[in-house]
Parts: sequence; structure tokens; C-alpha cells
Amino acid sequence: MTGATAARPDLSVAVEGDGLVLSGDLVVWSLSALSDTPAAQRIDLAGVTRMDTAGAWELAQRRDRGATLTGLSKHHQGLLDTVTAALPEADDSPPAQARWRRIFEATGARMVGMLVYLIALAEYLGRVLAAMARGLRHPSRFPMTALVHHAQETGLRAVPIVAVMSFLIGVVLAFQGSDQLRQFGAEVFVVDLIAISILRELGILLTAIVVAGRTASALTASIGSMKMRQEIDAMRTLGLDPDLVLILPRVLALVVMLPILGLVSALMGLLGGAVMSWVELGISPSVFLARLSDVSVTHAIVGLSKAPVFAVIIGVIGCHAGMQVGKDAESLGRMTSSAVVSAIFAVIIADAAFSIFFAQVGL
Amino acid sequence: MSDDPVVRVRGLRTQFGTHVVHEGLDLDLRRGEILGVVGGSGTGKSVLLRAIVGLEAAQAGEIDVLGQRIGSLSGADRRALEQRWGVMFQDGALFSSLTVRENVEVPLNAVPGLTDAQRRGLAELKVSMAGLPWKANENFPSDLSGGMRKRAGLARALALDPEILFLDEPTAGLDPIGATAFDRLIVTLRDALNLSVFLVTHDLDTLHACCDRVAVLAERKVLTTGTMDEMLGVDHPWVHEYFHGPRARAAETKD
Repeated sequence: MTGATAARPDLSVAVEGDGLVLSGDLVVWSLSALSDTPAAQRIDLAGVTRMDTAGAWELAQRRDRGATLTGLSKHHQGLLDTVTAALPEADDSPPAQARWRRIFEATGARMVGMLVYLIALAEYLGRVLAAMARGLRHPSRFPMTALVHHAQETGLRAVPIVAVMSFLIGVVLAFQGSDQLRQFGAEVFVVDLIAISILRELGILLTAIVVAGRTASALTASIGSMKMRQEIDAMRTLGLDPDLVLILPRVLALVVMLPILGLVSALMGLLGGAVMSWVELGISPSVFLARLSDVSVTHAIVGLSKAPVFAVIIGVIGCHAGMQVGKDAESLGRMTSSAVVSAIFAVIIADAAFSIFFAQVGL
Repeated sequence: MSDDPVVRVRGLRTQFGTHVVHEGLDLDLRRGEILGVVGGSGTGKSVLLRAIVGLEAAQAGEIDVLGQRIGSLSGADRRALEQRWGVMFQDGALFSSLTVRENVEVPLNAVPGLTDAQRRGLAELKVSMAGLPWKANENFPSDLSGGMRKRAGLARALALDPEILFLDEPTAGLDPIGATAFDRLIVTLRDALNLSVFLVTHDLDTLHACCDRVAVLAERKVLTTGTMDEMLGVDHPWVHEYFHGPRARAAETKD
């Protein structure tokens, strides 16, 4: 045993014929001194003063390979017996698979995982709709307070960032567009450029992306932490329906607020474009308004009609991810980031699908 | 072998803001013994453990562990000392991103010259000594039950064959069978590895089953220390209530 100041463990190894003579400290810190030694038939341990489980483990390994141990003190023999008794026995592990097989298996598992994910999302959409039907049938159970609260959280609180972002997008479009159009002497068409791109695509798409980042993560984190602390299980035992109490108000708040945010975004984008057109091209606000009234209102309708769909996508993905959180904090972080990525990706895919659809129907 | 206590606390004072947790606390942990530290909730049992291993700074007093003064060590000395004790926290405090075996390998990484195979073998030995099945090696902490997490935490605390083992409520939250098995495991390991064990607990069964001595924390200091039999004779009201209450009698009759 060591006293107040532990001396550096010191193990001396001597090779004698087909045997090893060890003396000193046979502990985990000196184990590396043994690693280069030959597989000996005899190991003499009479000089070993200190031994720990690591040393005993090494001796047990060597004994298994046919070495005989001599000179063990009684205490060390006891330790060796303890370690030998505790030596883990490997289970029959399945034979390792070939590399190409593992790659195919992983790819297949991912594809199946994606399909399962899509089915799960469809199931959640169904659960939201069913919860909504239940809420409408029993208006007294409809979570009105929660709906207003979440509308404030996801809608009102997001207005500043959405407004500033859209204003800047309008400014950028006017600036870049005027530069190009001036080459053809068609500066005034910058109004059409701004109006169509903002009303139809950019306003709502960028709003949806911002909300996906902001709200999908918040949904996953809030529902996920409730799941982690078993609050959701507690709700079920108390006869509260998590679909109705938690998921419905969150998704519905998004469906109500995202079109409004889209509208705010469109107006601020136009304002930014108008300001920049005035400063850069000398198009006065009255001329801007006059040109703007020539732009078909269809563009605005097309743009805003996408908002509820984006809202449902963001809400369902966020809530589903929250419900997938397990018991550990790590899964909360993992699900939160995956919810944001999936939501943004899904919004862009849906936008592309909308583009094709509207082009086909001629809007 | 020396007769000096491996842990020696004298005049310890810890406080958080104006709330004084310990005042003039004296405590010894002798070599090779299992010392149970008991006390009501909020008497600072865990704070005492944290102060001894240097996680909590003491406002006054001396703490010597293995003859070295906690709080005045250089970085290298402190690291060397940390390798001579093992700490098991309440819920195991396993690193959640590592498997059980990788968790046990973390302290072994500090040992120079160990091959990967040796590290792996030693980690698996410690996992097995802590009473976990082989297949637990590759599990992540979140896959384990509370009792298995505690065992994995114990395996990690034992990785470097420490001289002192600090256990924070090792049996809290375990079912009686699991708790009894854990008590037995602690005694077995102490006997095999010649450990000194500092054991914070609420569990009267644990005190009966494995502690050589008991220290009672109350009124900001160690009220009394002694064997379980001596505790029964102490006539301080809290100590009397603790060791003569209905739960205490139940634990006693089990022996």
C-alpha cells in the first residue's frame, strides 16, 4: 500500500529462459512494461510487492495462454481468484457481415426509415384533424386559451424578424433588379419584378423558413421536455387528450398566424422595394402604386394560399419530433435539430410542388 | 500500511451565501473501512462528499485525502490524487454519448502505454465486477435501468483501482433486491480490493448490511460516529428517532 506520496509504480521484468521474473508494482500504471515480453511458460511473482485488478487481469490472461504462476503471496492469490471469477464471458456475437452487405443494409434501413417517417407524419396529420373534429363537437373542451397563447408566441413574437427580413429582401430585389433592367431602359418594370416575386414566392417562402426555424424547434423542445418528464403520460392518466390539449392548439395557431405573417411579409417587402425604387431609380411612391395596381391580384392569392399548408407541415413535423423524444436529454437536442431541418426541407419541397401545380392549372 | 486516516476533515466550514451548511465539522475515514454518512435531508451529506473531492470549495477548515491537502494542490498533484479515488454520483453520471464500456475506458485513457485491447479487456472486467452482464458493455446509458446505471457508474469509479471509493446514495431508487445485491457488492469489492469506502446514504438496510462505522450529520457537524450498536445508545433526539423508528426496527430484524 502506498503512503502519503505514492511512489511512481516500478515494475522490473527479467527474462530467464522460458520464464519471466517480475518484481515491484504490478499495477495498471506499469502494465505497459509487460506488453513487449514474450509469452512465457513460467512467471515468477515472488518479488511483486503490489498488485491491482489490472495486474491480476494480465496474469489471468497469461495463465489462460498456458503460463504457470509461481510465488504469489496469499493476498495476491485472493485478488487473482476474485478477478478470475469476475472475468466476463463473451456472448455468442453474430459473425461480422461483409462490408458491401452492411452498406446495402444501411441504405435499405434508411429508405424504410424515411417511408416510416412519412407514414408517421400522415398519422399525426390525421390525429390533428381528428382532435379538431372532437374540439368542434365539444366546444367546451376546445383549448381556446392555449390557442391564443400559441398564436401570440408563434405569430406576434415573429412579426419583427419577419418584417425586417422582408423589408431587406424588397430592398435587395429593387437594387439588383434595377441594375439589370436599366440596361434595357426598362427600369419601371422593377415594380412588376418586386411585386410578383415577393407576393408569389419569396414573401411566404422566407416567412415559412423563418417560422420553421423558430417555431418547429420551440414545438419540439416544449413537447419533448414534457415527454421527458412524463408530463404527457400524466395527462393521459388524468383523462386529458394530448392531441387535443397540446398538439391541436399549436398546429392551429400556426395555421391561423402563418398567412397573417405572410401578409405582413408581403407588405413589408413591397415597402422595402418602393423605398429603394424611389431612392435608386426615382420612381415616386405614386408611380409605384400605379404600376402595382396593374399587377394581377392572383399572385397575392397564390402566395397566401400556400401559407396554411406550410403551417400544417411545420406544426406536424415539430409536434411529431417532440413526441419522439426519449428519456435522455441528448435525444431532445437531436430531435430539435432534426425537426428544424426536416421542416425547412419539407416547406421547400411543398413550395416546388405548388409551383408545378399552379403552372399546370395556369394561375 | 499506515494507521493515518485516508480522509481527515478538521474544522470544515462550507456555506452558500448566508446559508451555513457545515460549521466546525470533523470526520475521519480509516483505511479499509466502510463509513456510512447519514443525516436528514438538507444536512449537507452530498455537499460534504463534494467538498472532500474538491468539487465544492470550503470556506474554512482542512481536508486531507491520502495525506494531501485538498485545495492547495498543483494541477499535476491534483490529477495524480484524482486517480487514486473513485466517485460514484447519485444517478451514475455516465457520459450519455458513450457506451458503458467507453465510459469505463475514459479514466483508463490517462494510463500511458495501454493498448486498445488491454483497455477494452480491463473495462469489460470492471463492468463484470460491478455485476453487469456482458451485453451491457455496448449499451448506452439511456438504454439502462436506474440500478444498472448505478452499477456502470461504480464500474467507472473502479476503473483505476482507487484506494478510496466515494458513493453518493448508491441504493436510492433501487428495489429492495437490487439494493441488497448492491450492498453485498460493495462489501465484496472492499474485501477484494482493500478499498476505503465513504458512503452517503439514507438507507438503513445499507447501514446494517455493510457499514463498519456510521457518522451522523446534524446541526452542521458530525454529531456522533460509531458502530451501528453504538448508535442505538445515543440519546440525541434526532439520532434516537432515526435509529429507533419503525423503519430502523424493520431493518434491524432482517439481520
